[in-house]
Amino acid sequence: MTMIFGVPLMAFMGQLMLGLINGAFYALLSLGLAVIFGLLKIVNFAHGAQYMLGAFVALLGLEYLGINYWVALLVAPLVVGVLGVVIERLLLRRISDLDHLYGLLLTFGLALIFEGTLINLVGVSGSTYPITPALQGGTNLGFMYLPTYRAWVLVAALCVCFATWFIIERTRLGAYLRAGTENATLMKGFGVNVPLLITFTYGFGAALAAFAGVLAAPLYPVTPTMGANLLVVVFAVVVIGGMGSILGAIITGLLMGIIEGLTKIFYPEAANTIIFIVMAIVLMVRPAGLFGKEV
Amino acid sequence: MNTIQTLTPSMERTRRASNRRTVLNVVLLAIGLLAPLAIYPVFLMKVLCFALFACAFNLLLGFAGLLSFGHAAFLATGGYITGAFLTSYPGLTPELGILLGTLAATLLGAVFGTFAIRRQGIYFAMVTLALAQMVFFIFVKAPFTGGEDGLQGVPRGHLFGLFDLSNNLTLYYLVLVIFVIGFAIVQRTVHSPFGQVLKAIRENEPRAVSLGYNVNAHKLVAFVISAGLAGLAGSTKTVVFQLASLNDAHWHMSGEVILMTLLGGVGTLFGPLVGAGIVVTLQTQLAQSPVGDWVSVILGIIFVICVLSFRSGIVGEISNLIKKNFK
Amino acid sequence: MIRKNSKLVHGIALASLIAAGSAGAAISDEGVVIGYLDDMNGTYSDLAGPAGRVAIEMAIEDFGKTVKGKPVTLISADHRNDPATGSSIAREWLDQESVDLITGLNSSSVAISVTRLVREKNGFAIVTTAASDSITGEHCTPNHFHWVYDTFAVSDPAARAIVEQGGDTWFMLSADYAFGHSMEAAVEKAVSESGGTLAGKARHPFPSSDFSSYILQAQSSGAKVIGLASAGTDLVNAINTASQFGVVESGQSLASLMVFITDMKAIGLDKAKGTKFVTGWYWDMDEQSREWAKRFHDRVGRMPTMVQAGNYSAVTSYLKAVEATGSDDPKVIREYMMANPIDDFFSRNGRVREDGRMVHDMYLAEVKSPEESAGEWDLYKILATIPAEEAFRPLSASKCELVKN
Repeated sequence: MTMIFGVPLMAFMGQLMLGLINGAFYALLSLGLAVIFGLLKIVNFAHGAQYMLGAFVALLGLEYLGINYWVALLVAPLVVGVLGVVIERLLLRRISDLDHLYGLLLTFGLALIFEGTLINLVGVSGSTYPITPALQGGTNLGFMYLPTYRAWVLVAALCVCFATWFIIERTRLGAYLRAGTENATLMKGFGVNVPLLITFTYGFGAALAAFAGVLAAPLYPVTPTMGANLLVVVFAVVVIGGMGSILGAIITGLLMGIIEGLTKIFYPEAANTIIFIVMAIVLMVRPAGLFGKEV
Repeated sequence: MNTIQTLTPSMERTRRASNRRTVLNVVLLAIGLLAPLAIYPVFLMKVLCFALFACAFNLLLGFAGLLSFGHAAFLATGGYITGAFLTSYPGLTPELGILLGTLAATLLGAVFGTFAIRRQGIYFAMVTLALAQMVFFIFVKAPFTGGEDGLQGVPRGHLFGLFDLSNNLTLYYLVLVIFVIGFAIVQRTVHSPFGQVLKAIRENEPRAVSLGYNVNAHKLVAFVISAGLAGLAGSTKTVVFQLASLNDAHWHMSGEVILMTLLGGVGTLFGPLVGAGIVVTLQTQLAQSPVGDWVSVILGIIFVICVLSFRSGIVGEISNLIKKNFK
Repeated sequence: MIRKNSKLVHGIALASLIAAGSAGAAISDEGVVIGYLDDMNGTYSDLAGPAGRVAIEMAIEDFGKTVKGKPVTLISADHRNDPATGSSIAREWLDQESVDLITGLNSSSVAISVTRLVREKNGFAIVTTAASDSITGEHCTPNHFHWVYDTFAVSDPAARAIVEQGGDTWFMLSADYAFGHSMEAAVEKAVSESGGTLAGKARHPFPSSDFSSYILQAQSSGAKVIGLASAGTDLVNAINTASQFGVVESGQSLASLMVFITDMKAIGLDKAKGTKFVTGWYWDMDEQSREWAKRFHDRVGRMPTMVQAGNYSAVTSYLKAVEATGSDDPKVIREYMMANPIDDFFSRNGRVREDGRMVHDMYLAEVKSPEESAGEWDLYKILATIPAEEAFRPLSASKCELVKN
């Protein structure tokens, strides 16, 4: 049996694969946050709650309305996106000209409200969401057994990541978004409805979070606190990637998934902490993050 | 007196503000001295410890303009080091234990500060978070902390070898003295030339640099003072509750102190007191009532309302009202 | 602010004070006050929590709401899994509310800090929810009992029984926390003493979001049995992930060390089927249990966990002791309860040892498959009974100072 770093090669490759899948998931999850911060300069602390709501829309939709997984992939982001739009119009707009700290605090308060309410409605244990029949089972790759659903997560996450990056960096809509948030006055002068763009952006970011939530529902227990635990990690990913860089968030997500995966082989107890160590190092060496622009 | 001193309007305002402060300080001290007769001392001590923690945090945020996401690390370090020394050396008197814990937190603050000060805004906050998470991990793994069982059985001991601190009332007065000292340090720091420079840095950093001030040094000193006071709060809390636990180091705790400061009023002197009082009361009292399940939702709503309408916090809003109506 | 008589009376009317001339003058003050301190809202609120309070209400009602003519009152509070909060509430209860019995006490850190306090103030506590076996080990006191289960009793007998049935190679996946470590150590010892071997182990941070890496490691180890020393959401996550990776289909089996019926309900039978574990009680294990469980279900809407049943049993036994001795003095109660066996629907062959541990029969159980299950809560089958004297850490190995070794 060939060994690498004291671990059988087959097992090592399997772990790398899993790390990659987790990384794609992290990339997708941090995308919404990166979009909102990159374009709106708002630190959206409600991101974890929006992710959780996406999963719950899928779960409750299945239980009470018979909505299946594929429909949920479209419906949940829509529902949570609309909620995001409401939040932006009613609440965030009022404090848009203030210090960014307030946006952070407001969204943090919203997260508390969403999570607390859901805990009271469904309890804390949560439930499991079934894997839709088409994606059940798995294939034996030789070095590991790969569940089909996880392969799907990898593909879906990478596709959505690429699509988002493309929209924002390569299309006219994206250009308007970027210009509108960088120089609103000028854009308004050109007749672009900037407030509408801003509202749409926040809704889009929330929808991305919810999409990740639906993707996660069959993988992890759907509980009201599922977002809170991941939120800190997602922030770290966005910061390491460089706040404001979509590409940075995607690449960092993938990298962190792999680094975390390696940590789980050799020193699993530190698996939750490694990302912070990496973040501290990166911020020391490249203060604006790997791909960020100096603030 | 052979010169008649004429005061300019702004000097007059400052003098009036300073008088108001003195009156407020005296009133609060009186309340502090008499409160345990009506209210359960242990509850009051909890409020005081968190009020000190919030004051320390507010020094950094409100006056130096630096938002830290990792202040729990200092609270916990103070608590654990004090706890460790007091349990390992039964002969050690509590005030020495508290001093050791505070010292440890101050040193940690110097270390964190050196790294964090180089960055600004949200990046500064994230560096403090990252460092705090690493400290949390160390506390999880270190055997002396007892992991999630917590560091238990910290003796209250005898202050200076004389006063028995297992008496709640005696301990309360010690905690009150500690709080007053910490609070005084914050006040003195803010109303000193050093504090004025901090204010200048907060309002317009490039200008402060161009005026020749060593901005980084000022920020670092503010950070270290803030960390030390937070550690003092943690050390005192450990003696009161006779334990230190991982909850003190968790990032939720960092979030709680932000909530307290925001609620009370960022950048006000008395705000953190009010904020801490409200949050601790809500958590303790609400938790035992039928509304108990909704505590975090209520806190969230308060947060949102504060940000939308009461940005200066309770104390800030009140002081604005006073300024407007009682010129 | 706090006032001296702010008691939360919920569903139990405070009976009018009966003239003090009745017998039982040894019960201090106006009656027996029971304080239920647990996690009401957080991660563990489902295994005891507010429903656990209902169980205690049932116990008080069934007892007639009075003991020796004096009323029994129940107050409760949420300690939010924070030992400082827990111990300050307990302190207030003992100083101001004359609480005679504190029970619940989820989370070992809260349990340890509160029982220390209870000893200092000469109160009494019965720990029902917390798991750590150090509660009757190095943290034992003469003022508290540990009632329902502990980390030793769910891991050691499980490991031995499973090795005996052929599962002799193990991979241990534990939470990197004190309870995880202690279960891992107990299993390692039990497995090697019964002739098995440990093929590998991994410790995951608590809490963890993704278990795929650990499950893969467990699969690669080739062990026959994968032992899971995690609790709550982590356990649900681990079993869920194991089912995604086809662990059971490919021939390995799962042994869960800390299991509550709420966990298995959350995972679902098709994913958890075949998982073996040890439990302190199951609602469907016999007629008595079923009968009580049905009453609980009518009030709460779900079947009770072993802890909720244990709450009822602990409070009832306490009230019986007060009734019999006419006193609420902790020393007197302790002597009585140690001298009299605990035999109710919850506990068979139960008795309180000198370290405060209430030992009773435990049960080796297995999760049913969906085909075997006839109802929403028909989740376990009981495979064997583990006698009380074998299930818990023997006194000879005890670190408790109350045990003369």
